[in-house]
Amino acid sequence: MSGATLALAPVAAIGRLAIFAVRGVSHVFRPPYYPREFGQALMQIGWYSLPVVALTALFTGGALALQIYAGGSRFNASSVVPSIVAIGMVRELGPVLGGLMVAARVASSIAAEIGTMKVTEQIDALVTLSTNPMKYLVAPRLLAAVIVVPALVAVGDSIGIWGGYLVGVYHLDFNAVDYLKNTVNYLESWDVVSGLIKGAVFGFIVALAGCYHGMQSGRGAQGVGRATKSAVQAAAVAILATDFLLTALFFTS
Amino acid sequence: MIELTDVHKAFGSKRVLRGVNLTIPTGTSMVIIGGSGTGKSVTLKCILGLVTPDRGKITLDGQDVTKGDRDAFLARFGMLFQGAALFDSLSVWQNVAFRLQRGAARRPKAEAREIAIEKLRRVGLTPEVADLFPAELSGGMQKRVGLARAIAADPEIIFFDEPTTGLDPIMAGVINELIREIVTEMGATAMTITHDMTSVRAIADNVAMLHDGQIKWTGPVAEMDDSSDPYLDQFIHGRAEGPIAAVR
Ligand SMILES: Nc1ncnc2c1ncn2[C@@H]1O[C@H](COP(=O)(O)OP(=O)(O)OP(=O)(O)O)[C@@H](O)[C@H]1O
Ligand SMILES: [Mg+2]
Repeated sequence: MSGATLALAPVAAIGRLAIFAVRGVSHVFRPPYYPREFGQALMQIGWYSLPVVALTALFTGGALALQIYAGGSRFNASSVVPSIVAIGMVRELGPVLGGLMVAARVASSIAAEIGTMKVTEQIDALVTLSTNPMKYLVAPRLLAAVIVVPALVAVGDSIGIWGGYLVGVYHLDFNAVDYLKNTVNYLESWDVVSGLIKGAVFGFIVALAGCYHGMQSGRGAQGVGRATKSAVQAAAVAILATDFLLTALFFTS
Repeated sequence: MIELTDVHKAFGSKRVLRGVNLTIPTGTSMVIIGGSGTGKSVTLKCILGLVTPDRGKITLDGQDVTKGDRDAFLARFGMLFQGAALFDSLSVWQNVAFRLQRGAARRPKAEAREIAIEKLRRVGLTPEVADLFPAELSGGMQKRVGLARAIAADPEIIFFDEPTTGLDPIMAGVINELIREIVTEMGATAMTITHDMTSVRAIADNVAMLHDGQIKWTGPVAEMDDSSDPYLDQFIHGRAEGPIAAVR
């Protein structure tokens, strides 16, 4: 490959991804719709991710409370634990860790499933049966992820705050009522909403990475393996980069 | 009538099809034979638009296959893939009834299931397999489910990519007869790829032999034996010596 083609390769890849994304989204809004596939995608992305997202949030909330308490006590500010746990969870850690866990679970499984369908000619078979793979496989997953990941983030936020509460009340001797009061009083609705918006964007990224790499999968088991790996990598990096951009957009005036 | 004119297709530096010319009249059964890896499956995929030819023209009833309404075009076809290509997330009957459960050919669930079970019976499978999943079937059974799916919506044109590989001789006989029936009784146009010379004789009206990216010989099945074409002769008699190299 010459220098010019080498430099153009990433641009071309981004172009292909963008075209894929636009096509996928456009099929979300055009019939025929596949409610069954949409329901299955909701289950696959949302319901089955609940345990791992919940556990991640619980431990993160607990650890956050410990850290903020230790850090805060250096300048006699350990009373900020409840509000900082809440704000940290809903603005940043809930959506980012939730998104990363979903990326690990879902981007990989979508890429493996669609990649396997590609290499076993099931995608070709769909086409010959007059069914558009973008509509049947990609659109339902994109839509489901955008809807269900914010819900996961909301659950994760609550459980994370609860984890902080458990540590705060049972380990750090906070008063239970005060802890809850502090949590609620200093939390603004934009803190929560901005986190949910991040969740929707991360959900889109995860489903897009899974579908795109699955559809691009090379031949054979090796191709599917590579597609799975690329999907998780791409989703994770994109989530962190987008998180930075969204945070800058939302919270710097 | 399906007509391929000077169709070329390469994958990277590998030139698979190098000017394929072939005509399949409506209502006839064409069998394509040729060595492994010569591009028989690719030829079928070119007609269906699953693979885009680099050059050349493919028409169906005089209409360029790349133009016009794609849904309407595909609705006329049924295809059995070489690897069956069943959807592993759907049960056997849902695979067979796939086309009957959505789009223009949509039917009530009970009716779709009934048709699916009838098609399964035609390929020699009992109703008990209807609720199994593809992963629970043997290779030959999967192939037959794929066949049932290809014929489920009674298409006008059906492509069979190695319908009898992996089947026992009796079942192969059943499938050969079925394909013949579909052509003679329902007036369908069939294109079949097979390596089994018994199948060729049972199924074909016409035979085409693909070698080196081109059709080396084509003609009625009756003329196949005394064609005096060295490629065809070597192939149908399975001789190691001849113009076709044994190592490819
Ligand atoms: N999607 C693809 N990408 C790259 N190469 C391909 C692709 N599809 C087919 N080929 C190559 O094209 C050639 C012809 O393949 P094809 O599947 O048509 O063979 P075939 O004649 O059907 O053989 P067989 O009888 O073994 O099924 C093979 O060398 C194969 O490696
Ligand atoms: Mg083949």
